[in-house]
Amino acid sequence: MYWDKEKECISREDLEQLQLERLQSTLFRVATHVPFYRKKFRELGVDSDGFRSLDELQTLPFTTKQDLRDNYPYGLFAVPLREVVRVHASSGTTGQSTVVGYTRNDLKNWSDMVARILTGAGVTDEDVVQIAFGYGMFTGGFGLHYGAERVGASVIPLSSGNTKRQLQVMADFKTTALVCTPSYALVLADALEERGLSLNDLSLKYGLFGGEPWSEAMRAEIQDKLGIIATDNYGLSEVMGPGVAGECQERNGLHVNEDHFLIEIINPQSLQPALPGEIGEIVITTLTKEAFPVIRYRTRDLTRLLPGPCPCGRTLRRIERIFGRTDDMLIIKGVNVYPSQIEAVLFEVEGAKPHYQIVVERDGRLDKITVLVEVIEAIFFDQMKKQSQMVELIKHRLHTELGIGVEVKLVEEKTLERSEGKAKRIIDKRHL
Amino acid sequence: MLKVRNCEAGYGKLRVLRRVSMHVAPGEIVTIIGANGAGKTTLLHTIAGIIRPTAGEVSLQGLAITRTRPEKIVALGCSLVPEGRQVFATMSVHENLVLGAYVRYRQDRSRALAELEHIYQLFPVLRERSGQLAGTLSGGEQQMLAMGRALMARPALIMLDEPSTGLAPLIVKNIFRIITKLREAGNTVLLIEQNATAALKIADRGYVLETGKIILEGSAADLLANRDVQRAYLGREV
Repeated sequence: MYWDKEKECISREDLEQLQLERLQSTLFRVATHVPFYRKKFRELGVDSDGFRSLDELQTLPFTTKQDLRDNYPYGLFAVPLREVVRVHASSGTTGQSTVVGYTRNDLKNWSDMVARILTGAGVTDEDVVQIAFGYGMFTGGFGLHYGAERVGASVIPLSSGNTKRQLQVMADFKTTALVCTPSYALVLADALEERGLSLNDLSLKYGLFGGEPWSEAMRAEIQDKLGIIATDNYGLSEVMGPGVAGECQERNGLHVNEDHFLIEIINPQSLQPALPGEIGEIVITTLTKEAFPVIRYRTRDLTRLLPGPCPCGRTLRRIERIFGRTDDMLIIKGVNVYPSQIEAVLFEVEGAKPHYQIVVERDGRLDKITVLVEVIEAIFFDQMKKQSQMVELIKHRLHTELGIGVEVKLVEEKTLERSEGKAKRIIDKRHL
Repeated sequence: MLKVRNCEAGYGKLRVLRRVSMHVAPGEIVTIIGANGAGKTTLLHTIAGIIRPTAGEVSLQGLAITRTRPEKIVALGCSLVPEGRQVFATMSVHENLVLGAYVRYRQDRSRALAELEHIYQLFPVLRERSGQLAGTLSGGEQQMLAMGRALMARPALIMLDEPSTGLAPLIVKNIFRIITKLREAGNTVLLIEQNATAALKIADRGYVLETGKIILEGSAADLLANRDVQRAYLGREV
């Protein structure tokens, strides 16, 4: 099932022509209407009128989160405010928030892109879609909401939080598709068990998850506990919001809406293109955004391009699930450590729950990581011996995976803080 | 169908087109809107081979035609209906149409003549006037004749340069209805118009050309809704 077959199955040659045309007009518009880009192009000697081939993309400057902050709130808008019909802002969890705007056309394109992803995930106009993403300044709620309406589904704008109510609505309203963060899906799954509800009380078929990195093991658990097809989707408010990329039912990577976004994968240290198949930072250039176009935006999200065609027939290239963020990356004793690596290990250990926290401390001159893992009651109240065996097992596997030694502590179920949005996995005490 | 990449063209020292990239997919009506002097006609003439681009490439159905002679381009399947019709005034309607099939007439006379029947069906008024001198036709009829003449070459792509110029509103409506019919019959159309509203209403996609540069591309509906376009080209106060 496609939403826009013509674009989703476009030939590479036609796509590149379209991308070039759209990039050329985007460059014209940012150079004409956004002083920041005009100045930056001039400083670097970039002739935006001379841009002739997608291969020249690397001659263009990067745009960073700091650039967005420096131009707070409206400095990077390419149209006057009277043409902006919606304003969103990033959550600001990692600093001052950034503001983005949308024209009427932007909202229409956004809805269409999200509609593609919903359709790819299985959602049709027959479905009842429960949106448990936060509404408000965060793009997640509204982005999925408008896309689901565009598909023609029945949309329940429940927003995030209030787990009890989520489950009640899910059962009573016969929700067939759930939209939230993957960690919240697990919270809902746990709550379901606690309330003594079974899958027979629900009508769920699909789950579309995004907003934070997750793992294949987590997907398996969500699919199993909620009895759904769980797909991943990706986006960020700085380039639009959800709808940048999403998985089809093959669940083997996220198709990027390449007619609207030009993507590159770079090495975040050298800033050079990553080798084919290498993990790097995804850099995005918008091709159709009117109100808030961005040129080579450094997302700080880590992924890689997947080779080969997808059996679903879409020709849009796929990226792997987001592996982590460059700023989540911990440098411990000189080794790069991503929380997702630790998560993958924990998932394979029997008795460990998918809730964990990583505490980073500085012990004298040395960095020290302690991983707090929730374990099932049986183990927690079992003999010391079993507990210490489990700790040793996790330690050993983490050492093999990461190449450095890690402390492991088992904690009782439901003692780690639960999040209704993006889970907070890392507690870095080094800078406190 | 048609691909234009980084085309630059002009007259003498005057640069008119600056790095224009655009395309037309099979079965589409694409319109290029822009003010007087933006370079719309120059672009069509560049595609038709009447003007040689100083840089960039043009390809038709995958074949490079950047340096191809105009008559060859017609034979390859791209016909131009020039602005102001330019029918041969002292020849009959019938003769004008047959002339349009000149590139095909030599090889395949019978089928070229069969095409004539098809054109007469599309434009019944031309059949009524077939013996009449083209110069005696009304403006609207001349426009139909010019379109019919171009279609006689059975083009894969037909390019129309300001078909509404100098015509009464009712006639314009009729001409645009015929353009829509062309698409229904499987033709691909590149349409250049100062009457941007009318053009965008029948087109699938459009480009905005401003001082020789493409500044915006989008679906016709998006462009109609774009406030910049409305202000500049649709004469609407927003």
